[in-house]
Amino acid sequence: MRRARLYFTVAGSSFRRYATYRVATAAGVFTNTVFGFIVAYTYTALWTSRPQLGGYDQAQALTFVWTGQALLAAVALIGGGAQDEIQERIRTGDVAVDLYRPVDLQLWWLAADCGRAAFHLLGRGVVPMAVGAFAFELALPSSPLTWLAFLLSTWLAVVVSFAFRYLLALSAFWLLDGSGLSTLGTLLSTFFSGMLLPLNVFPGAFGEVVRQLPWAAMLQVPADVLLEERSGAAGLAGAFGFQACWALVLLAAGRALQSAATTKVVVQGG
Amino acid sequence: MGESGAESRTDGDATGGGTGVGAGRETGRETYGPTGGGAEVCVEAVGLEKVFQVRRRTGVLRRERREVRAVDGIDFTVARGEMVGFIGPNGAGKSTTIKMLTGILTPSGGRLRVAGIDPARERTRLTRRIGVVFGQRTTLWWDLPLRDSYALVRRIYRIPGERYRANLDRCVELLDLGELLDVPVRQLSLGQRMRADIAAALLHDPEVLYLDEPTIGLDVISKAQVRDFLRDLNAERGTTVLLTTHDLTDIEQLCERVIVIDHGRLMYDGALAGLHEVGESERTLVVDLERELPPIEGVPGARTVRTEGPRQWLAFPASASAAPIVARIAADHPLVDLSLREPDIEDVIARMYAQQRRPAAG
Repeated sequence: MRRARLYFTVAGSSFRRYATYRVATAAGVFTNTVFGFIVAYTYTALWTSRPQLGGYDQAQALTFVWTGQALLAAVALIGGGAQDEIQERIRTGDVAVDLYRPVDLQLWWLAADCGRAAFHLLGRGVVPMAVGAFAFELALPSSPLTWLAFLLSTWLAVVVSFAFRYLLALSAFWLLDGSGLSTLGTLLSTFFSGMLLPLNVFPGAFGEVVRQLPWAAMLQVPADVLLEERSGAAGLAGAFGFQACWALVLLAAGRALQSAATTKVVVQGG
Repeated sequence: MGESGAESRTDGDATGGGTGVGAGRETGRETYGPTGGGAEVCVEAVGLEKVFQVRRRTGVLRRERREVRAVDGIDFTVARGEMVGFIGPNGAGKSTTIKMLTGILTPSGGRLRVAGIDPARERTRLTRRIGVVFGQRTTLWWDLPLRDSYALVRRIYRIPGERYRANLDRCVELLDLGELLDVPVRQLSLGQRMRADIAAALLHDPEVLYLDEPTIGLDVISKAQVRDFLRDLNAERGTTVLLTTHDLTDIEQLCERVIVIDHGRLMYDGALAGLHEVGESERTLVVDLERELPPIEGVPGARTVRTEGPRQWLAFPASASAAPIVARIAADHPLVDLSLREPDIEDVIARMYAQQRRPAAG
């Protein structure tokens, strides 16, 4: 990893870039918090009439809500981040500038998205989580190791999310306007990540399938790590392994698509 | 409407290209750039071609494939340390040529070497040897202070600390960037951003610098600043500079050699002065006589093109001397005053384009 320093610098500058949008961050925190309250009261109603729905008690269900709000921006559950930037660069042709650099496009954007996610986790995650913990009775873990495992799982969630959004972003090379696919992507990840309802409430074969899809790695898995639903060496290894597998598969797909896109531009002039 | 701008443009290109075949190939080739002789070759293009396949809708379901020859067999070499301007109308093939030179487009035919590298095959290796500046795009990071953008550039090209500091100091001094280093790029004016972009392209000591319309949209002072810097860079460091521009003052002030491209073909390659001869340009002698007289006649090599009261305009070939014409007029007419107008380079080039558009005889 001779280039590790470059990608750390990229992540660092991306972090600082997002840190300059102070008003946007404050507005985002406010939105996440308000949204958190709405969903929290909805879940309260639901879990009051159906206790232990999906195996969660009410405190766990509410923790799931606030974890979702805390990760919403960091994991880019409703799109954005590198995806929007890449699409814009492809649309305007600025992507040519990126091709003039001796760097790997995918790693570059992954590093940038990790920097962004780190900022969003701090800037847009901590406050909603704290407000949620203050206003409701949450099932937050006391063990610092669980928190550490949650952080690692969140990072893997960011990588899976990035790998998925990178695929969507590259479609702009062919579609020119990628907004249609982006909307579809947002829809898919909102539902299949568990943002709408935790995935373990879905019964039968449908539930079995959605829990194995890549979106489950973006919210359901980190939330279960935090809730200690997945704990112990075996439980955590299973969680991390599931996330890492999807990350690798999607990153490999992104790499293949990237090489097709570069060839298309380089050979056909896009 | 199913038709895109690109499709309609290629229509025009295809018809125009068809009529001018073979017309411009030989034009001006005898006048090579002053340093083009025995010096080390930096850029070499032989029979360079780029053909795009364009699909055109001809009916509800029928589509027709056609070829658009964006670059149609161009030959040129650029010696190390030369400063060459590429000019040509929009859609002439300049950008396509530059994109092939930088490796982001693969030529359909011909041979290309830049600093000894085949650009398309080893694009990443080439990126370390070249610098690219776009007038209309920035290579900097919009929300970061300039200093941070440069730090990223340093990491991208793995520039050793000492060399990075020396290059940055030099650029900061010559391009007057000192007060801008802590300003986010989005807050820079266009002129400031252009200077900042040029510095970013030079931190890794590229051997070749490509500039795509480096002075577009800049005010007179910023243009002068950019040109002065490029001239010094070329003179002191021997950096090979290739630039495309629509601003002929850039060419006049910077480039001893111009390459004119139109319809994908090289129409002229040589010294700027030589363009006048090739373009059959004319100089104009404006004479003020004592009184209104009939148009002056009988001056060999000159003809009267306009009269207005006692003032008359005489045109003669740019390559001819004005002295005998002036002497002849002074001898035969009551001359009060005179002035000489050099041909406008834009007219020369416009005339050159027009010539190429005329159907080729044979």
